[in-house]
Amino acid sequence: MGASQTRPEHNYDDLTDKSGFSQEQIKNLYQRFQQLSGNHEKISRDDLDRIPALNNNPIRKQIITAFFDKRNQHQNDVGSLDEIGFEQFLMVMSHFRPVNSTATEEEKVTVRKQKLRFLFNMHDTDNDGIITLDEYRTVVEELLSQSGAIETEVARSIADAAMLEVASTNVPHMAPDDFYEGITFEHFEQILKGIEMESRMSIRFLDMNTATMRCGKLSS
Amino acid sequence: MPSRTVSHGASGRLRGLFLVMVLVFLEGSVFTVAVASSDQHSPITAHSGSHKATDHGSHNNTGKAFPVLDLNYENVRVPFEISLWVLLASLMKLGFHLVPHLSNIVPESCLLIVVGLLVGGIIRGTGETVPPVLDSKLFFYILLPPIILDAGYFLPIRPFMENLGTILIFAVVGTLWNAFFVGGLLYGVCQIGTESSSILSRIGLLQCLLFGSIISAVDPVAVLAVFEEIHINELLHILVFGESLLNDAVTVVLYHLFEEFSGIGSVTLLKGFLGVISFFVVALGGVLVGVLYGILAAFTSRFTSHTRVIEPLFVFLYSYMAYLSAEIFHLSGIMALIACGAVMRPYVEANISHKSHTTIKYFLKMWSSVSETLIFIFLGVATVAGPHDWNWTFVTVTVILCLVARVIGVVGLTFIINKFRIVKLTTKDQFIIAYGGLRGAIAFSLGFLLNKEHFPEREIFLTAIITVIFFTVFVQGMTIKPLVELLAVKKKQEAKRSINEEIHTQFLDHLLTGIEDICGHYGHHHWKDKLNRFNKKYVKKCLIAGERSKEPQLIAFYHKMEMKQAIQLVESGGGIKMPSAVPSTVSMQNIQPRPSTKPAPERAIPQLSKNKEEEIRKILRTNLQRTRQRLRSYNRHTLVADPYEDGLSDLFLKKQKMFQIEKKLKEMNTYLTVPAPPPDSPTMCRARLASDPQAYSIKPASNKVPMIQVDLASPQSPDSVNLLDEFGQANQQEEEEQGLMMKPPSRPREAKKPSEEDEAKDQQRLMRCLSDPGPSADEDEDGAFLP
Repeated sequence: MGASQTRPEHNYDDLTDKSGFSQEQIKNLYQRFQQLSGNHEKISRDDLDRIPALNNNPIRKQIITAFFDKRNQHQNDVGSLDEIGFEQFLMVMSHFRPVNSTATEEEKVTVRKQKLRFLFNMHDTDNDGIITLDEYRTVVEELLSQSGAIETEVARSIADAAMLEVASTNVPHMAPDDFYEGITFEHFEQILKGIEMESRMSIRFLDMNTATMRCGKLSS
Repeated sequence: MPSRTVSHGASGRLRGLFLVMVLVFLEGSVFTVAVASSDQHSPITAHSGSHKATDHGSHNNTGKAFPVLDLNYENVRVPFEISLWVLLASLMKLGFHLVPHLSNIVPESCLLIVVGLLVGGIIRGTGETVPPVLDSKLFFYILLPPIILDAGYFLPIRPFMENLGTILIFAVVGTLWNAFFVGGLLYGVCQIGTESSSILSRIGLLQCLLFGSIISAVDPVAVLAVFEEIHINELLHILVFGESLLNDAVTVVLYHLFEEFSGIGSVTLLKGFLGVISFFVVALGGVLVGVLYGILAAFTSRFTSHTRVIEPLFVFLYSYMAYLSAEIFHLSGIMALIACGAVMRPYVEANISHKSHTTIKYFLKMWSSVSETLIFIFLGVATVAGPHDWNWTFVTVTVILCLVARVIGVVGLTFIINKFRIVKLTTKDQFIIAYGGLRGAIAFSLGFLLNKEHFPEREIFLTAIITVIFFTVFVQGMTIKPLVELLAVKKKQEAKRSINEEIHTQFLDHLLTGIEDICGHYGHHHWKDKLNRFNKKYVKKCLIAGERSKEPQLIAFYHKMEMKQAIQLVESGGGIKMPSAVPSTVSMQNIQPRPSTKPAPERAIPQLSKNKEEEIRKILRTNLQRTRQRLRSYNRHTLVADPYEDGLSDLFLKKQKMFQIEKKLKEMNTYLTVPAPPPDSPTMCRARLASDPQAYSIKPASNKVPMIQVDLASPQSPDSVNLLDEFGQANQQEEEEQGLMMKPPSRPREAKKPSEEDEAKDQQRLMRCLSDPGPSADEDEDGAFLP
């Protein structure tokens, strides 16, 4: 595991600023990055695909795509990359950092928007700024894909009902001929305001070195 | 109009209140007479017994008058008195809610204790000895289990598990700290602060420690009673409540430990070590027993499809057996009960019928409610009855020490815990947790159990325990509500469980698990996911009957929502206009994607109509059973002018009916999120159940439309209902099962298609007509089409 690691020490400071992680956390994540990439500079989709634990995840495709999505790099860019470097890896991970308890209300709102934006980008695959009915249907189908033989009709009706709900809470009065294009980001925020994103959508990043990191490349 | 109804309501309440007071007085007097006469009866029964015997013998000879009306109280004495007590408790509950504003200021527990005091006072006033009602056996085996089972069965698993570490630390370390702090300092005060001849100085260290361990446990009954009224946010509620449940193991161990040590009189290191081991045995053993019985219950429920009537009985029996079995081995009965309820719930609910589900809910709420009321009343009575020995020093020091210990404990532990939590506990949270540490009847019963020979100071202890209980329940219980308002603690969010939230909660779960896997460390989500998969793969197959074992959570949730909506629709008779939080005219038509190539006027007709038809049929099929027979004829092919039928009036009638259905469906489909009703007093909350139509509160809205509000089930793992099986059965067995049918989605489609174009055009026109909320809609609606 311990191949020679060219750790660009000088980069860590601005990485800390950009992503908000601490030095320790960045070190740990860098180690993991090395593991996943086989000590190369960049990670490709296949590298992530090879992680065995992800096999059971119904939405693994979307997760992996999210890593290569330029929109998640905080840089107003669109499209997708083929490979990502450590910095981009870190930027994506930073979406899951828990918010500081000392943060002010505005900071919490910003963090919340950020996390919701990440989710939104995961659903809005064609990047037109709205989640259409088809995209939403895909989401529900993917969620149910691991559960055996699910009739697509049920998945579709769930997605339809959910869409209807979004439409009726956000745009209550629509004439029969109006067409609800899709869920915009504001509507998305609105329907998910019951879930406390800033605390729900975070995982614990370790400060200390753990010995339990399993290399994704080893066949288990 | 509104003012009249208000005054009507007020006078109705006063009348009700008056009636209740009369009943209570009557009952109270009967009760005292009964208690009084029962004592007089006992010496007489012997005589009357022999008298009767001779009577019988000499019956024929002396020709005595046949006793047309005879009084024999002794036979029915015990059940009669029990019933009287329960009746008193229930009438009190009724009365409190009829008195305006009272239940807002004073928590119910306080009122009930006062009532108990009054009753005890009355009994004593009539010169009789007050019956020792809070007998420990009665308390621990009859009164406590329903409350704990109710709590365990409806325990919100997700927040409980997420905060399990915090809860355990508070329960175990916190209680230990409290016990030793209070016990130790009390001993110190007794030795130092008083003269050597006073009774206090004779209390040994072990006795003090035992007293400390009795008094330090936060009581689940009191916490439940008070916290239910203040509606704080879920996190705080589960923290305090979870702590009160889990500290039972600690209390049991400490109690038995110190009791035995006091008997023997000496402590060795080995015994101390054994004590620690026994803690783990008690706690884990209790949980194990509970889980075992829970699995048994789930397994049994798998086979009950033919005898639905006794399904609730299994749930109650297995839980009670779990409790008693744990008590046999001196394990923690409370933890066994909680574990049993929590484990069996998802599987049992997937197996049992909808009616059994309702029955279980109602019975649990009813029993726990009555138990709680009785406990508080008995506490009051026992205060009047119990042998008291008031010692100013002891009591005041105890009260102060309890408060101080609690505050220090909470602050100190939170400091440590916050290092490990993602969502830190703020100062406000800490204050509420500390302030919410109420003591209750468990402490009193444990004190009551003390042996008089080993503990000559038992009465002092009892008095102090009662004082602490009174203090916490009255002072803290009454002031916690205004304090919560003052500190602006986050309140419970109305449970508006929408399907979008459900979808995204699941999505987030998978997302976070995936990210954790990419990160490479096995965190919280990873293990949860593993457990879920294990559950799905092995456990569910064993414990859930039939096809339900494969149903994913999201679909179960969705079916449940549809069912609720459908029940709502039927219950409202189809006649009352169904309001919504957000009146909306959005319908399925608005969100269906139209093929983007063709411009507006001439839409791609065949495609749209097929969608619509499917839509309508599905909606009709799943939501309107009663009209299914009638509506079957209202499919696409007869709605539109049948070429062989020339009855235009018929067609018009059918169109009107379709119009009404469509309107209702539109309105219904927007009600997937329904707001929760305003917070109510705890009893009403507890009595009100999600799917119970009678529990809807109807309050006048501003636009004079009667609002029907439903509160949905709390956000836990969806308790789905075994619809298919039951209604399948129902069809065959019971005719009166007028419930709703949900047919499996894969119904064969009729494929008759005469001139599609024509019908499609008519269809479209029909849709246009239907979705237009014309002015004539309201009048026609009252002629409810539901038979």
